[in-house]
Amino acid sequence: MSTTFIGMPTVPGTGNLFERAPFPQVAQHELGNVQLRTNLTKATTAIRTKRAARVAELGDWEDLRDSGAAAKDVVLARLPELLTQFEAAFTAAGGTVHWARDAQEANAIVRGLVEDSAPLNEDGRREVIKVKSMATQEIGLNEYLEDHDIDAYETDLAELIVQLGHDKPSHILVPAIHRNRHEIRQIFLRGMEDADPNLGTEPRELAEASRKHLRKKFLTTKVAISGANFGIAETGTLSVVESEGNGRMCVTLPETLITVMGIEKLLPTIDDLGVFMQLLPRSSTGERMNPYSSFWTGVTPGDGPRNVHVVLLDNGRTRALADQHGRQALRCIRCSACMNVCPVYERTGGHAYGSVYPGPIGAILTPLLTGTDAEENSTLPYASSLCGACFDACPVKIDIPQMLVRLRNEGNVVKESEHGRLPKTQLDVALTGASWLMSDGRRMALMEKGLPLAKLLSPKAGIRSLPGIAGAWTSSRTIPRPPRQSFRSWWSAEHREEAREERREARDRAQFRRFEARSGAEPAPEAGPAPRSENQHETKES
Amino acid sequence: MDARSVILERISSSLGRTGRLNAEGYVPITAPAPEVPHAYRTASDLSTERLIEIFADRLADYNAGVARVSAAELPATVARLLDEADDIVIPADLDRAWVGEFAGRVLTDSREEPQPVDVLNAVGAVVTGSTTAIADTGTICLSGPHCGRRVITLVPDHHVCVVRAADIVEIVPQAVARLQEAGLSTAPQTWASGPSATVDIEFERVAGVHGPRRLDVVIVVDEDEPEAHAGTQAAAQADPRDSA
Ligand code: SF4
Repeated sequence: MSTTFIGMPTVPGTGNLFERAPFPQVAQHELGNVQLRTNLTKATTAIRTKRAARVAELGDWEDLRDSGAAAKDVVLARLPELLTQFEAAFTAAGGTVHWARDAQEANAIVRGLVEDSAPLNEDGRREVIKVKSMATQEIGLNEYLEDHDIDAYETDLAELIVQLGHDKPSHILVPAIHRNRHEIRQIFLRGMEDADPNLGTEPRELAEASRKHLRKKFLTTKVAISGANFGIAETGTLSVVESEGNGRMCVTLPETLITVMGIEKLLPTIDDLGVFMQLLPRSSTGERMNPYSSFWTGVTPGDGPRNVHVVLLDNGRTRALADQHGRQALRCIRCSACMNVCPVYERTGGHAYGSVYPGPIGAILTPLLTGTDAEENSTLPYASSLCGACFDACPVKIDIPQMLVRLRNEGNVVKESEHGRLPKTQLDVALTGASWLMSDGRRMALMEKGLPLAKLLSPKAGIRSLPGIAGAWTSSRTIPRPPRQSFRSWWSAEHREEAREERREARDRAQFRRFEARSGAEPAPEAGPAPRSENQHETKES
Repeated sequence: MDARSVILERISSSLGRTGRLNAEGYVPITAPAPEVPHAYRTASDLSTERLIEIFADRLADYNAGVARVSAAELPATVARLLDEADDIVIPADLDRAWVGEFAGRVLTDSREEPQPVDVLNAVGAVVTGSTTAIADTGTICLSGPHCGRRVITLVPDHHVCVVRAADIVEIVPQAVARLQEAGLSTAPQTWASGPSATVDIEFERVAGVHGPRRLDVVIVVDEDEPEAHAGTQAAAQADPRDSA
C-alpha cells in the first residue's frame, strides 16, 4: 500500500474517562468522607516518606530520570516504527497482535477472544480472571463483559475489595484505600460465598481469605486478562510489575492470556528495563523493588499460556499525541508518585477526579485524551494548586504544572463567551490563596471549628471567597460550609451512633442498586458517591 | 479501513509527518529521534563480599530467610530448610546434589514432562537456582533451565532459591545485561524480591497473598573460586564504603 497521506483528524477517547460530575461537586462531598481522608493521608504520607528515602539512596537518580524521560520521548517520536517492530517480534514469538481504535473496539476484541477460549459454565456464562489494569478500567471492560455473559474476576486484593463492594477505585496503587478493615470484612462476608463467618478484621486474616477465595479460580480458569507496564519494541516482550503474585498467576496459569496495552506503553530496548525497573518501584511504592515482576515474549511451549494475545489500544492517545505540549503526558508510567505528593489529591481522593486517571496526571491526561472541550472534564485542569511537587516527583519528568496552565488557558478560550477571559495574574493570585488554605491541616481545622478565618471566607454557599474571579477554580476548591457542629464533635457523635451509620449505608446501597437496575448497562455514573455525600452533609448539619 | 491502518495513520498525522505511507502503513520518520542520555550507572566496583552483605540485608528487610554457605555445606542447609516438607519439586535441570540430603520425595518438572498444577499446589516446597541476583534491590532473577517453569516457583507455598555468589550483581542494569548475555532476553522471566506482599488494607504490609509465603535464599560462596576469594580480600583492604 502506498497511498498519499493527507493527515487524519484527531479522535478523542471513550470509556471511563469522563467525570461523573464536575470536580468541584464531587470534591466537595468527598472532602466530607472521613475514612477516605484519614486513609489517604496515612497512605500518601507513608509512601511519600519511603519514596523520598529510596530515591535519596541512588546517587544517579537524576540521570535515571533524564534517561527515562528521553527514552519515552523516543517512543513517542518513533511510535509507528516501534509499534510495528513490537508487532513483528511478538508475532514471531507466537503471539497475536490486535489493534483497537477506541474502547468499544477493544472491548469487542477481548469479548471475541474470551468467547473463543473460555468454556460456558452451567449458568451459561463464561469466566475470566484479571490482574489490575488501568487500561481495562479505562475502557470499562469488566462492565462490558458482564453485559455479554462474561464474569471478570479481579484478583488484586484491593480490586477485589472494590469489585465486591460495587465501588470505584480511589487510588491507582491502593485502590481500596477509602475502605477500612471493618468495611472490608463486611464486604467479604457479603460478597464471598466461601467466606468464614468468623472472619476477623486483621489485615492478615483478610488477605488469607482472599488467597483461599481465589486459589481455585487461579488453578482452573482458562482465560486471563492483564494490562502491561512495559512492552519492549526490540524483543516483543510484555511485563507486569506487581506485589501479590496474582499477576504471576494470571500470566502463567491459564491457557489463554489477553493483554490490553496503550500504544504509548512501549520501551525501545531491553536495556531500558535497567532504567525503568529502578524508576517505577521506587516512585510508586517507595520500595527498592516490587515483590514480583513477570516478563514474557509471545508463547513459550510448555511454560505458560498457549494462546497469547495483545490488544494495542489508541482510545484518544493519538489525540494527546497531536498536542505538541501535551504529548509528554504520554510518557506517564502510572507510578502515582505525583498523586502521593499532591495536597489536593490528599484532601479529596481519587473519586473526585471521576476519570480512571486521578491526581495531577489525571488532571492533564484525561482532558488530553477526551479533549478539553469535553464539558464533563473541563474542570479537571483546575484541580491543582500548581505547587510543583508533582513535577519534582515524576520519574519521567512530565511538567504537569506547566501543562495544567496551558490546559486551563485552552479551556478558558473555549469558555470565553460564558465567563469572560480570566486575566492570568489574577488567576494565579487566587490559586496561591487556595493552595495556602488547603495545604495546611491547621487551617483546615480552623475552618472546621468555624473560627473567624473560616467565617470570613464563608458566605452562604460555602467557602469561595478567594479574591477576584477565578470562578471555576475557587468553586473547584469549595469546601463545604463549616457545619454548626465542629468536625470533631461530629465524629464522636457519629461513633456513638454506629447503628444509624449502618442503616444509612444500607439505604445507600439500596439506592445504588436501584440506580444500577434503572440504568441497566451503565455502571452508575452519578449514583456512586453522591447519595453518601448528601447523607454526610445531613449528619453534619444536624 | 482496518484499525491497524487507521491508528498508524493517526499517529503519523499527530506527529506531523507528511509524505507517502510506506508498506507498513505509516509515514516514516525523517527527523532524528531525541538523544537518550546514558549517564546512569551500569557498572559496580563493589567486592563480592560487600555484594553478599547488601543482598542479605535487603532480603532480611523483605522478611526472606538468608543463609550463607560453602558449596560443601549446601546440601545439608537445603535439607534443614526443608524440614517441614514431605515432598518437594525441582526443575529437571537442577543439580541433584543440592537436594541430596533431603529425606522426602523429590519430584522433577520440565517443559516436556510438567507436573500437574494440583500436584504443585500440594507439594511442600520448591528448590531452584537463579540466573542472577541484584544486591541493591534484593532481587532474584528466575529464568532458564535451573529455575524451571514459572509455575513451579509460584504455586508451592515455600521457595528455596540457591544463588551463587558470583551471580550477584550490584544494580539493576547489570542484571539486565547478564540476562541478555545468558541469551534469556525473550525467555520467560520472573524477578522476585522477597515473598509476596500487599499493603491494600489500610496501607499495612501483609506478607503472602498469592505467591510463596516463605522465601529462603541460600548464597553459595565457593571457597575454591579464586574470584570470590580475591574479592573478599580486596574488600577488606580497599573498600572504605564497607565500614559505612
Ligand atoms: S505523571 Fe509521572 S509521577 Fe504521575 S503517575 Fe505518571 S509517571 Fe508517575
